[in-house]
Amino acid sequence: MTRHTGRGFAAINYPIGMNLGGDPSQALVHSNPDGKFTVALSAIDLGQGMKSVTRQIAAETLGVPIADVYVDTADSDTGPHDMGSFASRGTHRMGNAVIEASLEARSVMLEAAAEELEVDAGDLVTDGQGNIHVRGAPSRSITTMAAAQAAQFKQGRTIAGRGIFLVPLSDVDPETGEMSPVTTFAHAALVVEVTVDDETGEVEVVDIQSAYEVGRALNPGLVEQQLRGGAWMGMSHAAWETTEPYYPARDHGPVDFNHYVMPGPGDLATHHISVLERPAEDGPYGGKGPGEMCANPVLPAVVNAVYDAVGVRIDALPVTPEKVLRGLQANGGARPRQAL
Amino acid sequence: MAKIPVTFTHNGTDRAAFADPGQNLLEFLRRGLGDLSPKYGCGQGACGACTVTIDGQTQLACLVLAETVQGRDVRTAAGLADGATLDPLQEAFMDHFAAQCGYCTPGMLVSARALLDTNPTPTREEVIEAISGNLCRCTGYEPIIEAILSVAGRRATA
Ligand code: FES
Ligand code: FES
Repeated sequence: MTRHTGRGFAAINYPIGMNLGGDPSQALVHSNPDGKFTVALSAIDLGQGMKSVTRQIAAETLGVPIADVYVDTADSDTGPHDMGSFASRGTHRMGNAVIEASLEARSVMLEAAAEELEVDAGDLVTDGQGNIHVRGAPSRSITTMAAAQAAQFKQGRTIAGRGIFLVPLSDVDPETGEMSPVTTFAHAALVVEVTVDDETGEVEVVDIQSAYEVGRALNPGLVEQQLRGGAWMGMSHAAWETTEPYYPARDHGPVDFNHYVMPGPGDLATHHISVLERPAEDGPYGGKGPGEMCANPVLPAVVNAVYDAVGVRIDALPVTPEKVLRGLQANGGARPRQAL
Repeated sequence: MAKIPVTFTHNGTDRAAFADPGQNLLEFLRRGLGDLSPKYGCGQGACGACTVTIDGQTQLACLVLAETVQGRDVRTAAGLADGATLDPLQEAFMDHFAAQCGYCTPGMLVSARALLDTNPTPTREEVIEAISGNLCRCTGYEPIIEAILSVAGRRATA
């Protein structure tokens, strides 16, 4: 028995969002009487950080402390319309909508402050700490809370804003089929190292070196979290998970977590991540987002690494010991590419 | 069917409640006591989302008959914080971005707390062993391992 080591490479261009039918996201922002802001979205946060990132974007645009912004994604029945959390579109689409809504709310907030300070709204700036003051004269200031309360109780203004980001439906050229389904791409490349046991057919992913280009990483901690977890999921799809091991036959399909097996904490590969930041022109503060792209390139890289290790080309996922052994048998044994 | 009276300690507080015959501890805690911190992941002992401790031992609440905790000390993730003061493990999970959807997190925290209570300076292998019954779909485990090791005062080396 020999354990063969192999390396595989894969690269990906990944579309952010899609506009098959148009791709709108709406956001509504309003201030509460205490001068804090609520952002209403129907984009769901399922752990990917939708709330954190839109909260950062709203605070930055409004010019208020992040603690003064609450993001409410509670109910898609009553919230503004959104296509949803999918297609890696969250940061880019909702982020742009939140900027537009926050800009409108900010301008009403500054008008309310200007009326109280008896100055022109165009001369006002925010300090991001909860104060609005005359440019160059920090002592002529009012808190965002006082401005919100003046708007609410004295001036009869609603500090609120509407935002939408829409990529219109792209027509398909009937002659060529050409269309423009996306507006922005993210990119990644990675090298995966595996070992393949030529007696058992077992494949182990031992190391991942990756570079992901995500626009600006608006929340670097969340970006790394997604990339790390996503690569693990990619490795799991590559070599572990399947509901239909003998597709299209349904035999021997797993029925529970004891049979639908994923890599556990003892099966991890080391993963070195490089995040490349190339702020996207049409992204909110340059952000695009890692999204699904964090998992996808791991699969072809693992398959390429298995080919490199033993010369077996697998074309149906996942890479199971059975497929590796059948491939080895057909080839008359392991044929490490590096030895050729 | 007659209800079964159960008196036990729940996160340090004496409680008395009625369990249904055959009811498992997970349902009893969630429906009977309103402690929603243990989660239902599989209901058959394979995911660890329902992990609690009984007399200091980790147990899968979905596999334990509620009536068997009579007189015993049951702890869940909801009992880790002392009011607004979080358990150092909870702080470490935040600092290390060790939760995404959070569904596995209460079970992870209970397993990790039980480990550190008996072994305050575990090795990486011991941490892995302690959470190997807790499935996580989101994080890739590494941030969780690092969070636990950081509380144990050890560096997270492979
Ligand atoms: S719910 Fe108890 S182990 Fe999954
Ligand atoms: S954080 Fe989602 S399952 Fe662990």
